[in-house]
Amino acid sequence: MTAAPATAVGGARAGGTGLARPTMAGPRRRLPFSPWHLVLIPATVVLLFPFIWLIITSIETPAEALRFPPDLTPHVIRLQNYPDAFAAEPFGRFFLNSTIVAITTVICNLVLCAAAGYAFARLRFLGRTALFVVMMATLMVPFQVTMIPQFLITKWVGVHLLAGAGIGHIGALIVPNAATAFGVFFLRQFFRTLPIEYEEAARVDGANRLAVLWRVVLPLSAPALATLAALTFLDSWNNFLWPLIVINSTSAMTLPLGLATFQGAHSTEWTLLMAGNVMSLAPMMIVFLIAQRYFVRSVAATGLTGT
Amino acid sequence: MTAAAALGRRTPGRAESAGRRPRRAESVTGWAFVTPAAVIIGAFGAAPIVWSLVISFTNENELSSTSTRFTGLRNYRAMIHDPIVTQAIEHTLVYTALFVPGVMLVGLFLAVAMNRKLRFMWVYRTAAYATMAISTISEALVFIWLFDPSYGIVNYFFSLIGIPQQQFLNSPSEALYVIVTMTIWGWSGFAVVIYLAALQGIPQDLIEAAAIDGAGRWTTFRRITLPLLSPASLFLAVWLTINALQLFDEVYLSTMGGPLNATTVLVYYLWEQAFQFFKYGYASAIAYMLFIVILVVTAIQFRAGRRFTYYRS
Repeated sequence: MTAAPATAVGGARAGGTGLARPTMAGPRRRLPFSPWHLVLIPATVVLLFPFIWLIITSIETPAEALRFPPDLTPHVIRLQNYPDAFAAEPFGRFFLNSTIVAITTVICNLVLCAAAGYAFARLRFLGRTALFVVMMATLMVPFQVTMIPQFLITKWVGVHLLAGAGIGHIGALIVPNAATAFGVFFLRQFFRTLPIEYEEAARVDGANRLAVLWRVVLPLSAPALATLAALTFLDSWNNFLWPLIVINSTSAMTLPLGLATFQGAHSTEWTLLMAGNVMSLAPMMIVFLIAQRYFVRSVAATGLTGT
Repeated sequence: MTAAAALGRRTPGRAESAGRRPRRAESVTGWAFVTPAAVIIGAFGAAPIVWSLVISFTNENELSSTSTRFTGLRNYRAMIHDPIVTQAIEHTLVYTALFVPGVMLVGLFLAVAMNRKLRFMWVYRTAAYATMAISTISEALVFIWLFDPSYGIVNYFFSLIGIPQQQFLNSPSEALYVIVTMTIWGWSGFAVVIYLAALQGIPQDLIEAAAIDGAGRWTTFRRITLPLLSPASLFLAVWLTINALQLFDEVYLSTMGGPLNATTVLVYYLWEQAFQFFKYGYASAIAYMLFIVILVVTAIQFRAGRRFTYYRS
């Protein structure tokens, strides 16, 4: 991209595409700003409008929300909706559950997928190919196809193995997702791009495989690990169908499920619902805005691996 | 990734041990590394694939007192004659046919508009990306309010341009389209990210060469940019389709499949049969049909995609 001279930045000349537009545009069409703003501003307003309206409703009085035609700006700012929503449903508990589930799932995935991905990338062991094929086959099958047996297995695990991972406990949201075929595949692909010389040098120095993985491979893999962490976190945080199936008590609900329950119980109290909604999406929104670059890069990476 | 690139690239892994039989010590280590992940993926990923196929040939039912037995193809036969299954397939396909091109067009348009250096660009991009951070449930809850028939702001905007009050999610003929709208909004950020990444991978000299050859802006876009974006388009088409065929959350929250089954999509019906009526056998048959639908649609897309997808490398 060539840096456009300051005088040509306006008008029809748009830097990014680098289209060398001949000067024929002429002074007649020159605006003090790029015409793309005229496209982008309305688009952004449309994209942001649901968020804006959500926040406005959440600080209105119930009477004001139920007025037609609606007032675009509230006359009274009523922050009381937030404590009210908080009192109606334990959003703090939902938040805590979501956080525990998401963070534990991320850690489990990083550890288990890194170990398995490393073995598939670097070690030769009996049955490697067969095991890898079976794992990759699960990638093709949508969750809904397997959710009934998954439910039955989770029930069995809860009764016979580990009560905390059974139906009704947040462990049931962690254990089935503690390792994913996607994570194993993703890290294996990444590990294979690393130069093997470092690992060989460490082996010569007497390091065992675990030490090689921990001290040599993982430090070189920070971008891949961050990507997997971000994607796993988003998936876990926003998951709804699986918690809907396995969680049956308010105390074990995650934010999406808690919010859906809240909606069922207060379906016409819009100010309350929107206050609850703001509270449930705010934490993720804040994390997202802070780590936006990471999330965006991670999502873009799924596109690159997919093509 | 940059770290790897900086260190230079080799194709390792194979070079180390090609053609050798696995050594025993290495086998033990390998299995030790793989087993934890393999147990989880095996128990919750692989085994259920077979198990749900088996269940689909039985009358397994959580509530019934009779013991489970094999009933052959009875569930599949019942499914073919179930009018709601037919409707659910129809709704799922209509939804997919609107949602996938919708997201792709919105995403492409926004990404092209955002692929340039402008002041405040970070604001525009952040606004688009923010839709990725919102959960399906939060998204649905906001849109139910926006599209509320009595007090919703959308009806107010409609009244400004002379459109009479609509019933939206309460109307059998409109509900599905409201769900299409909310999910297009929810996925637009994802499409923008994918298309922006692809756009930024297009070498500028190609675009400039076209301009020097006298190609107009639109021609350059159609003849150069779009073909170079085709791998991203194919990925998006496949990815969005798979997700569209699995639509559930928004339907659950906004309409519960109603009104009059107008938004009953396959996964919703499957969930209802499995976890409201506990007909595991019948629900598993529906699940397998869904699986086959997804496989067939994806295969068609890849085949069609090969025709017009242009890979540079």
